[in-house]
Amino acid sequence: MFNGRGMFMKKWFVVLASIFVLLLAGCGAATTNDSGSNTEPLDNQSEPAETPAKKSEPAADAEAPAKPSIILATTTSTQDSGLLDALIPDFEKATGYKVKTIAVGTGKALAMGEQGEADVLLTHAPASEQKLVDNKSVSTYELVMHNDFVVVGPKNDPAKIKGMKSPSEAFKAIADSESLFVSRGDDSGTNKKELAIWKNAGIEPSGKWYQESGSGMGQTLNIASEKDGYSLTDRATFLALQKNLAVEIVVEGEESLLNIYHVMQVNPEKFPKVNADGAKAFSDFMIDPKTQDKIGKFGIDKFGQPLFFPDAGK
Amino acid sequence: MDLILEGLRKAFYMLLTGDPEVFQITFLTLRVSGTATLISLLIGVPLGTLLALTNFPGRRFFISIVNTGMGLPPVVAGLWISMFLWRAGPLGSLDLMYTPTAIIIAQAVIASPIVVALTSAAIQQIDPKLRLQIKALGATKLQYLWFLIKEARFSLLAAVIAGFGAVVSEVGASMMVGGNVKGLSRVLTTATVMEVSKGNFDVAIALSAILVLLAYLTTLGLTILQQKR
Repeated sequence: MFNGRGMFMKKWFVVLASIFVLLLAGCGAATTNDSGSNTEPLDNQSEPAETPAKKSEPAADAEAPAKPSIILATTTSTQDSGLLDALIPDFEKATGYKVKTIAVGTGKALAMGEQGEADVLLTHAPASEQKLVDNKSVSTYELVMHNDFVVVGPKNDPAKIKGMKSPSEAFKAIADSESLFVSRGDDSGTNKKELAIWKNAGIEPSGKWYQESGSGMGQTLNIASEKDGYSLTDRATFLALQKNLAVEIVVEGEESLLNIYHVMQVNPEKFPKVNADGAKAFSDFMIDPKTQDKIGKFGIDKFGQPLFFPDAGK
Repeated sequence: MDLILEGLRKAFYMLLTGDPEVFQITFLTLRVSGTATLISLLIGVPLGTLLALTNFPGRRFFISIVNTGMGLPPVVAGLWISMFLWRAGPLGSLDLMYTPTAIIIAQAVIASPIVVALTSAAIQQIDPKLRLQIKALGATKLQYLWFLIKEARFSLLAAVIAGFGAVVSEVGASMMVGGNVKGLSRVLTTATVMEVSKGNFDVAIALSAILVLLAYLTTLGLTILQQKR
């Protein structure tokens, strides 16, 4: 009796097991699809000695780096606009490093830097970044590029702010008319800038008309667009998403709306686990004239205007 | 409506042309969630069986904990595992943060209570008289356990389906511990969230269609296995 049942059961387990083996095998094959640098993902934690360093740049970078993986904590705008997708493959090819881009709000990115959980930071909130420079969480602080923030709103413009120059006055008009405003509400660089404008306008935004999305720029713009609300956004994300959005730019151009990006290496003296060489390589790459040139041209083909303006060395 | 049709068209296009990035993401999703489910079975089936067959003080309390664990929110699992895997965390030296392995760990944690609870329920459902009879027929302990597991196989496969379904569809933990790193830890759910953020709704719809198809095919395979006589 047990023999018969045992056979049946064995068959059943063999089938089940083979499904899993198939799953695993299929995926093993897939990892070789990964173009460019081919680190087997699962083995990433063991010392990968064989990250291919393609020698498209002369001498200095000939050898594969000892610690090939870099954690880049950055803002959502650099990812959502597509800039990093355009730049990082060049960097990986030239140096053999593999960048793990963690795209979060600037607040979280800076927090990761302050905890030593990232190797290099690319963010856009100068006032908050200064804190990391002061408490020596970062060892370098380099200007990379800028673009600007713009206030976007529905076409019928219920707060009548279209064409205003001063963002604080525009915000005041939004608050007075209680028109819907969608805030990031996530402590990101854009959120910090928005709160600074409210403060400048002397308004503590609250009430039904003021909604916090708690999500990234792209998602927040989607919400503002769906609900006919106003929002503050960086120009790059807005341009990249414009095709799906029902909101348009209503206020732009004042100097206080400048959006400045810095790259910072997390201080290896404070956090020994930081990949210092990798962070330096990435930071150098971002301010390299060739990269700067590429940043300045990024987006022209698609949007008819650049999304970022290179600033390194200024 | 146009957007939905455009998205579905794109999904077909990406599947037919074999877009390498989409395939890589799809296979990674399968591998990560498949491995996590397998681990949860290795943990869950023995533990669930033990829970069903033994009696110890606090057993009910323990079962209630496991049952609560079935509803463990992925973000909670993600947060706690992040805290362990961060460089400054107790397991920081393993360098697992933002790797597929980290996602596997998180998903195994999410799926295990489901497998434990369903296994334990399945074993308890077996007629005690039958259990007694098997023992009386002189089965060894191993034969006895084998028999129970075999007897409960329908419910056990349901546990596999539930566990896999829970992890393949979760996004919170994968995003937190995996970081959605391109080519490394980007799975279908996190990629979908990102594409929505980027405003690429067509790609997002395509990815979601692939995810649903994947979940369906896997479940279909398991169901056929389950219903086979």
